[in-house]
Amino acid sequence: MKLEIGNWEEHKDVNVLPNFKFRISSFTLAMNIVVCIKQVPDAKTVRFDTEKGTLVREGVEAVINPFDFHALEAGLQLRDTYGGKVTVLSMGPPQAENALKEALSLGADKGILLSDRAFAGADTLATTYTLAKAIEKLGSVDLVLCGKQAIDGDTAQVGPGLAVRLGLPYVTCVNALSVLDDRKTMHLRRVNEDGYDMLELEMPALLTVLASLNTPRLPSLKGKMRAKKAEIPVWGASELGAKPDMVGLAGSATQVVSTSVPSFEARREMLEGSAEEQVEALVSRFKEAGIL
Amino acid sequence: MLKVDTEKCTGCGECEESCTFEAIFVEDEVAVVNQDACTLCGICVDGCPEGALEIHVGEGLLTTNLSSWKGIWVVAECRSGVLAPVTLELLAKSRELAGELDTEVTAVLMGHKIESKAQELIFYGADRVLVVDHPELATFTDEVYGNILADLAKKENPEIILVGATAMGRSYIPRVATILETGLTADCTGLDVRAKDRALLQTRPAFGGNLLATIVCPGHRPQMATVRPHVMRANTPDPGRKGEVIHILPGENLLSHRVQVLESVKEQAEGPNLSEADVIVTAGRGFEQEKNVDLAKELADLLGGTVGATRAAVDAGWLSGRTQIGQTGVTVSPKLYMACGVSGAIQHIVGMQGSEIIVSINKDAEAPIFDVTTYGLVGDVKEILPLLIQRIQKERGL
Amino acid sequence: MAQVNYFLTEEQQMIVDLARQIAVEKIIPVRAKLDENEEFPWDIMKDMAQADLFGLYVPEEYGGFEKGCFENCLALEQLAYGCIAVTTTFAASALGGYPILLFGSDEQKARYLPDIAAGKRLVAFGLTEANAGSDASGIRTTAVEDGDHWVLDGTKQWITSGGEAEIYTIVAMTNKNKGARGATSFIVEKGDQGFSFGKKERKMGLNASSTRELVFNECRIPKDRILGRKGQGFIMAMRTLDLARPGIGAIAVGLAQAALDEAVKYARQRIQFGQPIISFQALQHMLADMATKIEASRALVYSIARTIDEGTKDTAKISAMAKLFATDMAMQVTTDAVQILGGYGYMKSYPVEKMMRDAKILQIYEGTNQILRNIIGQALNKEYAKK
Repeated sequence: MKLEIGNWEEHKDVNVLPNFKFRISSFTLAMNIVVCIKQVPDAKTVRFDTEKGTLVREGVEAVINPFDFHALEAGLQLRDTYGGKVTVLSMGPPQAENALKEALSLGADKGILLSDRAFAGADTLATTYTLAKAIEKLGSVDLVLCGKQAIDGDTAQVGPGLAVRLGLPYVTCVNALSVLDDRKTMHLRRVNEDGYDMLELEMPALLTVLASLNTPRLPSLKGKMRAKKAEIPVWGASELGAKPDMVGLAGSATQVVSTSVPSFEARREMLEGSAEEQVEALVSRFKEAGIL
Repeated sequence: MLKVDTEKCTGCGECEESCTFEAIFVEDEVAVVNQDACTLCGICVDGCPEGALEIHVGEGLLTTNLSSWKGIWVVAECRSGVLAPVTLELLAKSRELAGELDTEVTAVLMGHKIESKAQELIFYGADRVLVVDHPELATFTDEVYGNILADLAKKENPEIILVGATAMGRSYIPRVATILETGLTADCTGLDVRAKDRALLQTRPAFGGNLLATIVCPGHRPQMATVRPHVMRANTPDPGRKGEVIHILPGENLLSHRVQVLESVKEQAEGPNLSEADVIVTAGRGFEQEKNVDLAKELADLLGGTVGATRAAVDAGWLSGRTQIGQTGVTVSPKLYMACGVSGAIQHIVGMQGSEIIVSINKDAEAPIFDVTTYGLVGDVKEILPLLIQRIQKERGL
Repeated sequence: MAQVNYFLTEEQQMIVDLARQIAVEKIIPVRAKLDENEEFPWDIMKDMAQADLFGLYVPEEYGGFEKGCFENCLALEQLAYGCIAVTTTFAASALGGYPILLFGSDEQKARYLPDIAAGKRLVAFGLTEANAGSDASGIRTTAVEDGDHWVLDGTKQWITSGGEAEIYTIVAMTNKNKGARGATSFIVEKGDQGFSFGKKERKMGLNASSTRELVFNECRIPKDRILGRKGQGFIMAMRTLDLARPGIGAIAVGLAQAALDEAVKYARQRIQFGQPIISFQALQHMLADMATKIEASRALVYSIARTIDEGTKDTAKISAMAKLFATDMAMQVTTDAVQILGGYGYMKSYPVEKMMRDAKILQIYEGTNQILRNIIGQALNKEYAKK
């Protein structure tokens, strides 16, 4: 039995994706870079309540998602080499302004906070819509950079989803990149389980990056002073012209129905005695578990 | 928005304590919500002993006629002519789910010169295999693989699509979900179905495994999930199983792509790759010197496993960056994880705590690694590992 | 728990945060390796440059922040929390830069300060010689006028960042008969004809800092490299050290704080006789004394640095006090930290043994603590003579 599928044009018609319009800037002169960052709880300060199955709020500090520092660094390096502008976007509660200020202290040119009560409860589907609307409002982009994933949600879906929304080609898990002399073509190394692929694409495009791509810079004193004074514009649903049923919880397809915290206490066994005795005990546990 | 049923609320304060965002608090013995701070995470709803809290959902873009979506799809991954173990694991799980939903399991096989794998997928549990074999699929590109799968899904309306949470799966499946405007749950470690509404209950770790969240996709179809390799068990193949193989010819319009693959390079890793290994022996700062790391390699070889590294071991130049396990490295969940000379910084723990058995060897009995340990040994790795290696060799009659 | 409030401005707090971030993220992860390999911390110097720290004391017109001795102390304390060898390299650049800032001509400032502020070129300060340690009048290096040039001959010893720095401010004798008043300061650049470096010294500690000889063999430098006027060299060196000494006090405070943190952390974890050893009063008293002395030193260093920034003249006595008290304290606190960690403290796999080895230099360099007591004693004698 044979079946033919596919018609890209038809595909587009049935596509309910909003048609985003943005201009591709004249990159030979300068590069317009958008970096998407997320404010996440600092892993070092997060504690969990095994009984309630929830996160303990007290003492939790919010930081920029570790991978996003690498995306920002990539953006800053490209700007420093080719000229242009790095705009940092973050969707989150009003406190996420701090993450944007930190990005400014590292050298980003502009930070924009996407914050609105209506954005609350967004899954990756609603998040990519909101970010896409913001990039559309910016009006011009050559390269969108995201971290591989956020360390709280660990989904790794926002980058690819955002690229699809914007109609851009994308590459995930990038750990090396170069821009060719035409200042349009990029060569990228994408890491997978067995090794890596060398890829080529033309900007505009979206990349998600690994930590091994670069070493993020430190803030500078000048940057910190500038960030302190900087005004961070806040764009809500109305500024973005976003459809209310496509943002936040309303625009989300998935819902969390329950959470729990796995406990390790119960299964822990400290083997006792001399080194020889501990090794002996471990070998017998291995036998029980069928490892030996 | 989050609503409080003031009739039911007793003002017990459970919600106030559970809220991560200080968005709900008890005032005059009744819970009050600060809607500006509330992120609708639902944790308080879950924890309310009186059932007094509810999240009201607005009218989203719901998929119409949910019941017209039928069947479970497993998207096969075939690398270098070998089916990825996670594909076989998903077939076993899908059979289980299909039994509860009274539906069939379809495998989607994309690639070039992979037709012979179709039978294998049937032996492992597929009722039907959709084979898309085309030279353009010889190398993986997000666009082509994503377009074909999205197109197939639109034509066939499966209710569930499951894919391995491999580098490839996690890269192109978000494309498919976005094109289909449906929900996608990443890197699941547990799957179940709720018979009454045919909902797929998708359990996944968040916060690096410190929190397990169960997620549903109530109003959209298909329900899509990528599933972590190694957490489910494959069935033994049944060469007697029969199934239907359907060859699909993809339209040219689906085959264009803007990302070109110039070269695919395999890096000769010692032993199996980290995310698919059964056994991982990880070397940390406790090895003190590069030459001692050979002990970890020897033990890994002996157990048929592979060597992982902590950030400290990578920074010291003992092991390559691609073996780094943890927050900004690889997340692993093998059957046996041996943390040797690893103190257990939280950034490391989040990358390995999903492992089945965790053995930790550290000279500091108070090291945080012991908090997530199954079997703990207190001592110097340089002393314990040679003893263990010797003992296992003896066991094996070597 | 309340902490002492030093009433830092927002900007001062930024400096503290930034220096602490460098210490935690860039210095601590590599300090043991740098120490072991006796490796110069170029990467960290680049990080500090990128973070603008080299410009702290440089006037705004030359691309700096025009901050005072106090802000410099704040930065040094936090960096020293990571490693004092790395911090010494950073501080030595300021020590070498101060003579240009204090006595340089406008033309010299414009030529050197922008690069110094941007961290593009490191500076070193060359005073000490084999026979001129505490007694600077024993300097043998000579400078002789020869047409449009000065010709330098002699050898400077134990010069911090020697060989790595590109700009050197050194003191040489222009008139041997005048003793200390015959000394003059010069700027020498790496690459100047006849200027080379001797062997790299191996040391008890401070291993990430480079310590080398500067060798001048008929070294010819242009006339305009003279700093200030002939005969001002010694007074310049003293003024430079007066400005720098509170910084050494701040380094001592940062180091001692790091040692205390390690000691308390360990004492809370280490179980003996069935309880954490911090529950034993003998240890509590040691830790209490350490913590109190650190806070007293910090308060002293901060208030003296602030006094200097007020433009106070003749600060030799108080500058010496800031260094003397804090560095003696740091030696004691790091020694006690090793004691608290016991056998582990003596091992290279824990950081406190390095801290103790490193601490010793603080009592020796930039004026031994005995010389500092002399300075304070002589000042007291002078003060009371007036009363």
